Amino acid sequence: MRFTKNLKKFVWFGALPLAIFFVVLVVPFSQGIFLTFTDWNGFDYGKFVGFDNYVKSFQDDTFWSTLAFTGTFVVVSLVLINVVAFALALIVTTKLRSANIFRTFFFIPNLIGGVVLGVIWQFIFNSALPSISYMYEWPIFQDSWLNETDTAFWALIIVTVWQQSGYMMIIYITGLISIEPDVLEAARIDGASALRTMFSVKIPLMAQAFTISLFLTLRGGFMAYDVNLALTGGGPYRSTELISMHIFQDAFRLGNFDTGQSKAVIMFILVAVAAMVQVSVSKRMEVQR
Amino acid sequence: MAKMTFKAKARTSAVRSIVWVVGLIVSIAYVMPFVLVLINSFKPKMEILDNPLALPVEFTWDNFNQALQKMEFFRSLTNSILITTLSVGSLILISSMLAFYLSRTKNKFTKVTFLILVSSMIVPFQALMIPFMSIFAPFVSLNNQAALIFFYMGFGVALSTFLYHGFISNIPTELDEAAALDGASDFTIFWKIIFPMLKPVTATVAIINALWIWNDYLLPVLVLTPETQTLPLSTYLFYGTYATEYGQAMAGLVLAIIPIVVFYLALQRQFISGISSGAVK
Repeated sequence: MRFTKNLKKFVWFGALPLAIFFVVLVVPFSQGIFLTFTDWNGFDYGKFVGFDNYVKSFQDDTFWSTLAFTGTFVVVSLVLINVVAFALALIVTTKLRSANIFRTFFFIPNLIGGVVLGVIWQFIFNSALPSISYMYEWPIFQDSWLNETDTAFWALIIVTVWQQSGYMMIIYITGLISIEPDVLEAARIDGASALRTMFSVKIPLMAQAFTISLFLTLRGGFMAYDVNLALTGGGPYRSTELISMHIFQDAFRLGNFDTGQSKAVIMFILVAVAAMVQVSVSKRMEVQR
Repeated sequence: MAKMTFKAKARTSAVRSIVWVVGLIVSIAYVMPFVLVLINSFKPKMEILDNPLALPVEFTWDNFNQALQKMEFFRSLTNSILITTLSVGSLILISSMLAFYLSRTKNKFTKVTFLILVSSMIVPFQALMIPFMSIFAPFVSLNNQAALIFFYMGFGVALSTFLYHGFISNIPTELDEAAALDGASDFTIFWKIIFPMLKPVTATVAIINALWIWNDYLLPVLVLTPETQTLPLSTYLFYGTYATEYGQAMAGLVLAIIPIVVFYLALQRQFISGISSGAVK
């Protein structure tokens, strides 16, 4: 009786959504892992090749430079996005006139897709800043930042921080306003300085906001594609390709479906491990308050 | 607060003024790129090269006329609206139903299923995009818009179900039981009692998914054809082709930005509360 009732409920409510989830996500994901052990060429495969595709992937020098570039990008963007977002949240939650307008302005870049933001900044770095630099004779923007690997890296970081800090700001605002005013009042009466209140009271009490925001920025950093494509396109000479773009190029441009998919699996493992480490470390901080 | 000394008050207001000035400067920096695009969209090409910061001398709508036509603005806008609303609508339906099933039926199967759904959120699209395209090629060539909506349902169902699940778990089961005693079927219980109570999460689910789907690039670029392309795709293509026609390129960017910004300004409160309640889970 109970079993039939549950089965009926499953058929009515669970079957269709789970079937879609299974077909769209589970099937390609498992097939993707399976195919990395074959000589797949995008259409079919002839034989199993063991770990050959992984070995080949790691013998690819451009893959190593992509991994290093992606790692640096993830760390730098994660730190800067969260520092800036937290600072923006502090500005907006200080009782100010026009705080709402500030919040709107900080959030707007987040509404717009990375591809559109990327081309806006491509115009800024390639055309607007150089011509302004000539006018006022500033040396730093005269050559487009997108022409050199080092400056192109910082261009990517600037656009990414600008795009994502607004979203993370909302998460930090939620954390900040969830703190009971009584606690802050108590800290003030005990004579805690503003800085002390920040580090010993506010931040520990909103540790959950940090866990979430760090997780989202970590994942976003590894998966970044749109801004990369529209801003630098991976150039100059494939030196600013993040891992997403590298995989895309390897499979769909160079036709290396076997190594492309192996690199994609490696990317998945990197994201999963990094996210698990980050969440467990952050969770521990939450408990220790 | 009443006992604050005069000195402390003066200090607080000084701090506030400094914070206000910092906020103002940063706000200007944040919108500056958009302002730059906007003022240059009204200028002829030579004027832009001359001084990108200056206001237009020879104010012209010509760039917009050109961009509207060349990027097939209204067609891509319609495509974007169609894809986004149908995907978000279907996601709301299937995720709320699945969450109802998973949170109201407690057994090993539902527990494991929920765990799989949650952990699937860590899988990047890139990890399955290559086999994805070969598996679904026949479906995509049959009807690429329907295929894309179907894919969004599959990729979005985990997060949306997770959000609904948290909310439904907090609705007391006594409500369902009372209705069941009155002879209501599960179907009636869900649609007449539970679903109407889900409005706040539904708003969150709608906004988070709409932002993602509206701006998505990588999946639609693999799936859609030139006739069915969405706004980000046509904007990028247009920019790539006419990048040296600065004025037209800028007008194209303005057109691409306007719809979502208008939508945001109209529903600002829902956006902010949607994102903050979506994140706390």
